[in-house]
Amino acid sequence: MLRIPCPFCGTRDHSEFSYGGDASVEYPALEAPAEAWLEAVFQRDNIDGVQLETWQHLHGCRMWIVVERDTRSHEIHSVRPAHEGLASALAQSADPVNES
Amino acid sequence: MKPYSAWNVFRNGLSRQKGWERAWRDPEPKTEYDVVIVGAGLHGLASAYYLAKNHGITNVAVLDKGWLGSGNAGRNTTIVRSNYMMPGNREFYEHSLKLWENLSHELNYNVMFSQRAHVSLLHSPAARDGAARRYNTMRLTGADGELWDLPTLKRKIPHLNYSADSRFPIIGATVQPRAGTARHDAVAWGYARGADQRGVDIIQNCEVTGVERTANQVTGLKTSRGIIRGKKVGFAVAGNTSRLWRMAELGKLPIESHKLQAFVSEPLKPLLDQVVVFGVGGAHFYISQSDKGGMVFGGDLDWYKSYAQRGNLPIVQDVAECATSILPCLGRVRLLRHWSGVMDMSMDGSAFLCKTPLSNLYLNAGWNYGGFKASPASGWYFADLIANDRPDPVILNHTLSRFERGINIDERGAGPDPKLHG
Ligand SMILES: Cc1cc2nc3c(=O)[nH]c(=O)nc-3n(C[C@H](O)[C@H](O)[C@H](O)COP(=O)(O)OP(=O)(O)OC[C@H]3O[C@@H](n4cnc5c(N)ncnc54)[C@H](O)[C@@H]3O)c2cc1C
Ligand SMILES: [Zn+2]
Repeated sequence: MLRIPCPFCGTRDHSEFSYGGDASVEYPALEAPAEAWLEAVFQRDNIDGVQLETWQHLHGCRMWIVVERDTRSHEIHSVRPAHEGLASALAQSADPVNES
Repeated sequence: MKPYSAWNVFRNGLSRQKGWERAWRDPEPKTEYDVVIVGAGLHGLASAYYLAKNHGITNVAVLDKGWLGSGNAGRNTTIVRSNYMMPGNREFYEHSLKLWENLSHELNYNVMFSQRAHVSLLHSPAARDGAARRYNTMRLTGADGELWDLPTLKRKIPHLNYSADSRFPIIGATVQPRAGTARHDAVAWGYARGADQRGVDIIQNCEVTGVERTANQVTGLKTSRGIIRGKKVGFAVAGNTSRLWRMAELGKLPIESHKLQAFVSEPLKPLLDQVVVFGVGGAHFYISQSDKGGMVFGGDLDWYKSYAQRGNLPIVQDVAECATSILPCLGRVRLLRHWSGVMDMSMDGSAFLCKTPLSNLYLNAGWNYGGFKASPASGWYFADLIANDRPDPVILNHTLSRFERGINIDERGAGPDPKLHG
């Protein structure tokens, strides 16, 4: 079982979360050429090591987060909100994050 | 090498089993071969076998970082079927099933192929219509497929949960009678022995750690046992494909590595004669009984990318719930072992058997979790591709470039999300 520290809810079992995918993918502008979309939609580095990936805390606060995780050991190095507005809102919040 | 036969079993019984030879050699690697295949799983070994058998190319090495069959070859739930619908896939898997039907004779090795029928449970009229369409399409390619109504299913498998109160009541099944199971290790050993007999060197404990290349060719493989060169090189490393691809500095691939678990229970008396599949709503579950009596089953991926060959606990609970919901009689059966393998999940759920940007490098990958059944045909067509440097029409679209041409082969219609294919 992975234990993921949600920036809002604290550390929870990964079964509360839903796996998104490779967070290093940057989607191009709508009018970008087909090659750019091919790259974003289909081509993956598939890293054996530390990668960035998105998860959603589906059965919790429903926040999308970016997790830095080692795909060989499953060790989690960092977690942050995927949405910058949420990240800064949380940073300003008076309550310290509940790291249970 | 003496063929295996009833007479040899009898004779060796009289001579205290002293007359057996080892099944394959353990040769030192040569520095150069006509063809070098990386990965001594089922696909690599079958490819080497058919290179020698069908094309007379015997100066071949198969390299593996561990022992042969140490990857997914020895970790799968051994289901063999050809109920695929997309053009290309259905010809490919039906060809594979035909090869399975003669494989024990072909290899002079009992792969214990048991055509016990593959039964996919149905739970709604819409699912039945969809399945009927799929199975009718298969029949056009020469595969077999049947629809069983509820009375037939109850007669064939009386102890499924037919309760009308169950969350997903069973209304019938689609069935492929020629499908079944085989002994996975025996398939690896049979292909290894057959390839070795024809002169192929199987080099175990030989990890490829680097790829030497020019602008358009592979010139050599750096391995833990020195540099090995192949005039032609094939990659058949399943979940490790992206690693090798990076060593060759070829960039990205439409593949992600995910892990899949398998489970086996304590041995029981004969209980289940078929392979049964339960897939509705969030459930995905398949079960059969091995010849030793263990219930062999599995379900979904672990849902996140991984190169670790170990599974997580939520899936254990998930498959246990599926098991008891369709076969409540298993409620008190104990789990004996579970393990996992690293799957090469592709963007559309179909495989790659193709040429690559390097003129003498060939790729065999993207098997998702259906590569066991594929192994005979995979070896067959991959050998043909390497020998003749052009794809057979059946694998014409099993290329890396299919995505840019918009001709994805998506059996499940799940879209470009590798974890959703199976
Ligand atoms: C739990 C589970 C259940 C499955 N169930 C089914 C099923 O019911 N039906 C079905 O059809 N399929 C099933 N599959 C899928 C099937 O097992 C695989 O698709 C298939 O075995 C992959 O091909 P392979 O045998 O050649 O791979 P592998 O056996 O994984 O072979 C690849 C080999 O490459 C070697 N290798 C990797 N990197 C290197 C390197 N750098 N240098 C040298 N060697 C290297 C590895 O050691 C390995 O031996 C299942 C898989 C799993 C894990
Ligand atoms: Zn949360």
